[in-house]
Amino acid sequence: MSSLSLLSLLIWLPILAAFGILALGPQRAGMARLFALASSLVSLVLSIPLWMNFDKTTAAMQFVEKFNWIPTLNINYHLGVDGIAMPLIVLTTFITVLTILSAWKVIQKNVHQFMAAFLMLEAMMIGVFCAQDAMLFYIFFEAMLIPMFLIIGVWGGPNRVYATIKFFIYTFFGSVFMLIALIYLYMKGGTFNIAEMAAIPLSLTEQIWLFFAFFLAFAVKIPMFPVHTWLPDAHVEAPTAGSVILAAIMLKIGGYGFLRFSLPITPDASSELGWLVITLSLIAIVYIGLIAMVQKDMKKLIAYSSISHMGFVTLGIFIAFMLIAKGGDTHMALEGAMAQMVSHGFISAALFLCVGVLYDRMHTRLIRDYGGVINTMPLFGAFFVFFAMSNAGLPGTSGFVGEFMVILSAFQANFWFAFLAAITLIFGAAYSLWMVKRVVFGEVKSEAVSQLTDITKRETFILAVLAIAVLALGLYPEPLIDVMRVSVSHLIELISISKV
Amino acid sequence: MSMNTLLIIALSPLAGAIIAGFLGRKIGKVGSHVVTIASVAVSCGLSIGLLLAFINGEASAFNQNIYTWMVTGDVSLNVGFMIDSLTLVMMSVVTFVSLMVHIYTIGYMQDDPGYQRFFAYISLFTFAMLMLVMSNNFLQLFFGWEAVGLVSYLLIGFWFKKESAIFANMKAFLVNRVGDFGFLLGIAAVAMSFGTLDYAEVFAQLPQFADKTISIFPGAEWSLMTFIAICLFIGAMGKSAQAPLHVWLPDSMEGPTPISALIHAATMVTAGIFMVSRMSPIFEMSDTALSFVMLVGAFTAFFMGLIGIVQTDIKRVIAYSTLSQLGYMTVALGVSAYSAAIFHLMTHAFFKALLFLGAGSVIIAMHHKQDMSEMGGLKKYMPMTFITMWIGTLALTGMPGFSGFFSKDIIIEATHASTRWGSGVAYVAVLLGVFITALYSFRLIYLTFHGKERMDNHTKDHLKESPWVVTLPLILLAIPSVIIGWITIEPMLFGEFLKDAIHVNHANDVVAHIGEHEFHGAASFALHGLTQLPFFLALAGFALATYVYLKKISVAENAKKTFRPIYNILQNKYGFDDFNQKYIAGGLVALGNMLWKWSDSKLIDGLIVNGSAKVVNAFSKAIRPLQSGYIYHYAFVTAAAVIFFIGRYVL
Repeated sequence: MSSLSLLSLLIWLPILAAFGILALGPQRAGMARLFALASSLVSLVLSIPLWMNFDKTTAAMQFVEKFNWIPTLNINYHLGVDGIAMPLIVLTTFITVLTILSAWKVIQKNVHQFMAAFLMLEAMMIGVFCAQDAMLFYIFFEAMLIPMFLIIGVWGGPNRVYATIKFFIYTFFGSVFMLIALIYLYMKGGTFNIAEMAAIPLSLTEQIWLFFAFFLAFAVKIPMFPVHTWLPDAHVEAPTAGSVILAAIMLKIGGYGFLRFSLPITPDASSELGWLVITLSLIAIVYIGLIAMVQKDMKKLIAYSSISHMGFVTLGIFIAFMLIAKGGDTHMALEGAMAQMVSHGFISAALFLCVGVLYDRMHTRLIRDYGGVINTMPLFGAFFVFFAMSNAGLPGTSGFVGEFMVILSAFQANFWFAFLAAITLIFGAAYSLWMVKRVVFGEVKSEAVSQLTDITKRETFILAVLAIAVLALGLYPEPLIDVMRVSVSHLIELISISKV
Repeated sequence: MSMNTLLIIALSPLAGAIIAGFLGRKIGKVGSHVVTIASVAVSCGLSIGLLLAFINGEASAFNQNIYTWMVTGDVSLNVGFMIDSLTLVMMSVVTFVSLMVHIYTIGYMQDDPGYQRFFAYISLFTFAMLMLVMSNNFLQLFFGWEAVGLVSYLLIGFWFKKESAIFANMKAFLVNRVGDFGFLLGIAAVAMSFGTLDYAEVFAQLPQFADKTISIFPGAEWSLMTFIAICLFIGAMGKSAQAPLHVWLPDSMEGPTPISALIHAATMVTAGIFMVSRMSPIFEMSDTALSFVMLVGAFTAFFMGLIGIVQTDIKRVIAYSTLSQLGYMTVALGVSAYSAAIFHLMTHAFFKALLFLGAGSVIIAMHHKQDMSEMGGLKKYMPMTFITMWIGTLALTGMPGFSGFFSKDIIIEATHASTRWGSGVAYVAVLLGVFITALYSFRLIYLTFHGKERMDNHTKDHLKESPWVVTLPLILLAIPSVIIGWITIEPMLFGEFLKDAIHVNHANDVVAHIGEHEFHGAASFALHGLTQLPFFLALAGFALATYVYLKKISVAENAKKTFRPIYNILQNKYGFDDFNQKYIAGGLVALGNMLWKWSDSKLIDGLIVNGSAKVVNAFSKAIRPLQSGYIYHYAFVTAAAVIFFIGRYVL
């Protein structure tokens, strides 16, 4: 296999597999599952050479593929990865395997369509992280909505129609502005190549307009306060596997977008408007943390916790500008934001899977319906406590790494940023552990709880794999930081130079 | 000293914990306790061996990284060990007490269904605590710090069906997180000012930072060192339970007694004391911070001791005593007598672990009843527990010759000698504290072992001494409770032993001052103690307790009535819990609900998001009738438009 086409394989194999599974028809559900699992495993295996052969010493794009696509508009099928995109691709292939396993038994209706939608989703997400052409990026970015729309809309909960439309319109609303921005940049520079876009000279006014256009697209995706209200609804209605992918990967695309588009293309505007993003991030951390505390539905609680945690990503990204102005150490802020994204991918996935495990058995997500689960599900209880602790940023788990780095960097930018960000230490522990106390510990609350059965081997496997990932990243994050170091340096160089 | 030895010391309990935790069901109860006890025994033996080698000059201090956790920008974050006299003392105390508690647990938890899990937890705790004390940098310190907090959480909530236990463990974790909030900001300040988190590198740069300031509020410049020291100390206030972050410790007594001894008396709660001593070069640069430390300690030492007098739960009395004693250590830190703090930490670890384990032995005999009003006269049923508890009490109350005397007396004298702002108040507090300590300690002894037997007949019939696995640790802890002071006071306080590990500015060095002017060997120090005020205060406390609780119990009842308001204040623990519960926890939940209902649901989602959808909906509804589908409607509109435009054109 030539490494030249590795990225294309990662994108197109799941698509082909998806069509193959659709062709199986509704009768052969077992085959559809196996086929989907096989495809996701192949993708995971393919991402190993991506990691192993990745050259950590260069910031240039690697595994590049470039073909003319629409020559009249100078649009290319142009793929490549750097140290920022590569870990997110590996995260995607890794999480996809686990989600397909998690949906093994739960999904009984139209299994072939469900699995096909998942593989399509995987392909689109990998495409987003690989695309070096802005139009290609945009297409993946939008196309991704379709399988997700179907996953929530077809296999979702009772209020799924409201949630899907809200999810769709919200995201679409944001990305339309991004399209306008891309077209504007094309008119100006005659290119859709993302790297070349960064070199287009722009006045501050132009940058500010473009910044807001990108900002809307990515802020909705992450999501940032105050455009976050689609997320809790989408999570509550989505099937477990959908929530997992949504939280673990799709939210990261917003953070990735900031790093790939907003920062290099509009550095002066990003610097100028950094205060706005920082303010919104800090609101996300504190305000959303408080809201998470009072949720009655476990999925909503974790959804709000996700928003709060993603606040660290945007905080890390945008304090970078203050640190550049101050001559401080910018690496830690950006690398912290990245570490937070990867870690949140593991932890939110695990927590949604845990809720899924309970939901499959009791068909309720309300905290008050539970209590004393550990009496009947000791193994599950241990995992749940572990992941709640990771969510609370316990050192030694991955949840600590990104938060620690961002808080340290924030301190350098401004004491009060660090002060407000560090409040998550208290709030994060409060909402996570209070949920654990009410759900896991205590006397058996009800007849239903007393009849729970502990997690199966398949469920144990999924949670154990995630637990190992959380611990590995928490105890030894250097390999992850090492991969992105040079790319982050390159990004810092790019954004340090004013375009005005 | 070699890296391999140190790794064995640290990792051996971890291995024990993993085996007992994951294979507990396979290897059974005996297998689990054999494995964990052996693993901790290895650590303990090697630690004490290293300590002795160090004392004899065969080993020297050690500082080496194990692996690089992360390099980010210019900062390199490592995991590594720094071993010096201070570390060795801590390692030896931790592993020794842990070993005793492991053995004791065989007896205490024998019928508990979570037997293996318990052993896994306490071994894991030992590992975490070792990582904390052996660290050579702030990052790993914080790792250990939070890891012991995690195990403490798991162990307080060990009986997870008990509502009070699972409330207490969450409370403990959250209150500690408040302290960690300050601690983390302190670490951030260190990292961002010094560009490193390595102890040695930070300490080496300190002189250049003496006059640096930090601007927290615009216009106000604060000393950076004061800021860092106070932030770090806030962390210590959480872990070492200093007011107002002490509220979790009494509740932590909901956990099984062995961990009350190990974690909530002897080791984990002293982590804050250890940390401040380790950071002595930083603290020495700020008199303001040290005054703050001292006053917090003095408040805790005095007022928490008072609560101990009115408690009836045997474990809670000892818990408040622990708070008070931690206050003593904190006062010692505040007057720059770090070595005295560590000395008291060590002696306290032995006699307080002894008292807790003794109380546990009583609780076994009483079938898990802890209320002293149902005890009394136990001395004839359990002589070994009785004698060892008496020894522990004599040590705690600082009777001359016992270990607690040396360490407590030196703290009182050091406070007396200190000229730091506020040391007068602290001196009064620690002095009166001696009286209070004697009062609640002997009250406990009399109510438990002496006087009338107040238990029901069923309990009385089954009273018996605990098995040897319980009494052996009591004896092994009673020995150092008596002698450790004699042996170690001279090298630890006035010798060279801790000189390289703890930095004290010459002008602040009250311990050295005492060493030069008042100390002439342990024996004469003990003799001298017989003529001093603290001894008379302890005697007064002893006499009062003897009179009231041994001779005339009605006095206590009358006093309760006469001083009802004071009694109520103490019974309510000064209202800290109510305040936190009502205003802080309650307030945050109310705020969260308000934000959720009004801001998130009504304003953002209701008004803006769904509101805009509704506007679009209403608008389209309004114009929808235009598309009726009837040809003649459209034809009419077309014709009307044509006429309109022609009309306009013509006119």
